[in-house]
Amino acid sequence: MTGPITVDSLNHWFGNGEARIQALFDINLEIQPGKLTILMGPSGSGKTTLLTLIGCLREVQDGNVMLLGKPLRGATPKQYNLLRRRLGFIFQAHNLHQSLTAMQNVRMGLELHKSANTAEFDRACAHLLTQLGLGQRLDYLPAKLSGGQKQRVAIARALVGNPAIVFADEPTAALDKESGQKTVELLKRLGQVRGTTTVMVTHDNRILDLADRILRLEDGRIVHDTASTIHRP
Amino acid sequence: MSNLMMRLLGRIPLGWLQLVSNKLRFAAAASGVGFACILVFVQLGMMGAFSDATRLSYSGFRADIMISASDSHELFDGSNVARRRMYQALAVPGVQQACPLFVGMTPWQQADGSTVEFRTLGIDPELDSFFGPEMGDIEALKLGNSALVDRHARGLQPDLLSHVTREQPLKFEGLGQQLSIVGTVSFGGGFAGDGFMFVSNQTFMRLFASRFSGAPNHILLRVAPGEDVDVVARRVRQALEVPSLQIRSLAQAIEQDVKYQTTVRPTGLIFGFGVAIGIVVGIVIVYQILSTDVADHLREYATFKAMGYSQGYFRSVIIEEAIILAVAGFFPALIASLTIYAVMAKATGLPIEMGPDRALLVLVGTVASCSLSGMIAMRKLATADPADLF
Repeated sequence: MTGPITVDSLNHWFGNGEARIQALFDINLEIQPGKLTILMGPSGSGKTTLLTLIGCLREVQDGNVMLLGKPLRGATPKQYNLLRRRLGFIFQAHNLHQSLTAMQNVRMGLELHKSANTAEFDRACAHLLTQLGLGQRLDYLPAKLSGGQKQRVAIARALVGNPAIVFADEPTAALDKESGQKTVELLKRLGQVRGTTTVMVTHDNRILDLADRILRLEDGRIVHDTASTIHRP
Repeated sequence: MSNLMMRLLGRIPLGWLQLVSNKLRFAAAASGVGFACILVFVQLGMMGAFSDATRLSYSGFRADIMISASDSHELFDGSNVARRRMYQALAVPGVQQACPLFVGMTPWQQADGSTVEFRTLGIDPELDSFFGPEMGDIEALKLGNSALVDRHARGLQPDLLSHVTREQPLKFEGLGQQLSIVGTVSFGGGFAGDGFMFVSNQTFMRLFASRFSGAPNHILLRVAPGEDVDVVARRVRQALEVPSLQIRSLAQAIEQDVKYQTTVRPTGLIFGFGVAIGIVVGIVIVYQILSTDVADHLREYATFKAMGYSQGYFRSVIIEEAIILAVAGFFPALIASLTIYAVMAKATGLPIEMGPDRALLVLVGTVASCSLSGMIAMRKLATADPADLF
């Protein structure tokens, strides 16, 4: 049985002509279900590029990614959209919609899913936000929430649709140490309860001990993998 | 409001929430749309008044066919038609009656020195079946040098003619003749003259000494009951066979006159341009507003796109915004335009009126233009990978 994500000889370039730069070199990778995998590496190592490629945010140019059993190479925009709906994404900045309350932001994560029972939507959103300690802040606009609270709303938005995989791109970058730690703990706990696979990009050393597996990228190559302890030159 | 829209759309009313989150910009956008609407309404009002005033000049006639010189575009221009054409036409089967029509311009100098120009129609008061009640007391024209004058003509003192009757005539001098006003009509001013005046053929000849009673400007025909107007008109055309004449049904003549006024005459063209400019201004304003709105929310839209929202969803949001802007701009503009129409009608004496069809047309046009602008503003989002938008 293959995992939720399989990466096969993935290369990626940015730019055109003379300015063309290769960002990823021959990435091969298999990610296990239900685990928290962390992608590390210095700036420009290609970790975010890799995350956006396997997270359906960028088109695959060369090689292939199998995501939840579907090939991403040559997938149509419609297929991309359908896959995205089965994923949860947490961004470096919370990316909440400023005109929507906490509840409405989370609800945006649910309205994607065609359901006859839309009346249940509000109950599910409120329940999840309460679990994340925001029960008193349901009708606040993002401008009235602290950085940690906003990031928790973003987590609720990513998780509310019960995604198979959650991708997080430096979710603690804008947070202080304590709320960063708390946020990742929350993410891990909710992932364990729901059996969600989590892939996180970070260069925050404080949260590494929470990871089940750590992949280290440098200059577009995987140079260290705690699961295999293979070192590549 | 939010809850109502949520029920209506079956989703979070994102467009509405985005618009009202910046109330100042929303107000500015709505007034921009409203301004464009007013611009279009005013131009349409003038253009409509143009057509209505043209139709009005024919409204007193109860005729089926009109014979005019082929160089005539409207009631008051063109060469003369020989009276013997009228007798030829009367010989055509299906033609029941004929009536010659003379046109001219009579100035009336007012006590204050200003002059009111009357578009003067010479008619035969014996043939009263050719004229409707709009023409007033036609009987009275049988008296020599008598006239029926428009009491709403531009430049007349408002109450000057309000008590004039056959028994209480008002005398004035025009074109060297003393005329007595024996009754009034109410057509209102037009674009070409200040008002209408009707006189008998005999009086007309006295006023316009150079005109000859054997050469009227137009000939009106009535067809026998049960006859088809177009069939009879074709028969008259065949019987007369004169290239210098045009023989049209009255309805056709009116429509061609309206078309001439609105598409050939410079005044009509100017209003047409005005409408086009109003529409362009509206589209540009809404495009500016909506594309700024899209740019401001690009990050958020990209997030939604990353979550799996499709282009169709964003399209529905932008159309939602466009409709809200259109409605928020349109209704204040409608109220403002009604006021402007009233002021304009009073000042010009032109028939400027807001019909429900015009209001509906502008509303639909506003929604369509707003949606079009929204679609153009949305293009940026359609092609981008979500990852490139953060």
